[in-house]
Amino acid sequence: MAVTVSIPTILRTHTGGEKTVSADGATLAEVIDNLEANHGGLKSRLVKEGSLHRFVNVYVNDEDVRFAGGLDAKVADGDNVTILPAVAGG
Amino acid sequence: MDLVLQLRQDLVDQMVAHARRDHPDEACGLLVGPAGADRPERFIPMLNAARSPTFYQFDEGEWLRVYQETDAADEEIVAVFHSHTATEAYPSRTDVGIADNYAMFLPSPHYVLVSTREPDTHELRSYRIADGAVTEERVDVVESYRFAGTGPDDRPDR
Repeated sequence: MAVTVSIPTILRTHTGGEKTVSADGATLAEVIDNLEANHGGLKSRLVKEGSLHRFVNVYVNDEDVRFAGGLDAKVADGDNVTILPAVAGG
Repeated sequence: MDLVLQLRQDLVDQMVAHARRDHPDEACGLLVGPAGADRPERFIPMLNAARSPTFYQFDEGEWLRVYQETDAADEEIVAVFHSHTATEAYPSRTDVGIADNYAMFLPSPHYVLVSTREPDTHELRSYRIADGAVTEERVDVVESYRFAGTGPDDRPDR
């Protein structure tokens, strides 16, 4: 199952400058592993010790995956995955 | 190199008004402008999902929508804005840590802080944050970018 992943500007160094790339998987974890296989270096930006980094937002379509199972979130053919840094501070 | 952020007066007024409205909670927002121009044209007030006097966090849904709109319009985030409501307009340790994380994903913006701890006067300062280091920069407030020597190759909106 193929999804489209929107890559934020700085991470495009891993995708040859591409703004969006295609990836396969039935869950977000599988999509990230597939991304890593084709565009090495992305996974460590997103995942730490088996969970999503605290200050990374990943969306499937318009839903923040934090509220949909995190790395276990299901993805379907044609879904859009967007990666953004959280914006926060004190 | 001299670091400087040039900022239109009406954008300053909008940021300060937004910060006053959310006081005593912290307020946050974005300054966006044409990609690559380093020139803020619009202020976008954002919700502080944390609703806290000591912390701010963009609402995830609003942030996604705003990011997609600016990206589609070939705009970029020129500055991230937030207020401090009881302390000076200087980045906290939390601000620095999260700014370093942000820079792994999107081009490093200016960090604009407004302090609203005094009811009648505000303090507005701007910083670059990289690798854990905070560098303050000069803020030039101008009525219009057109007459402020932005260079012949720039065509500001106003």
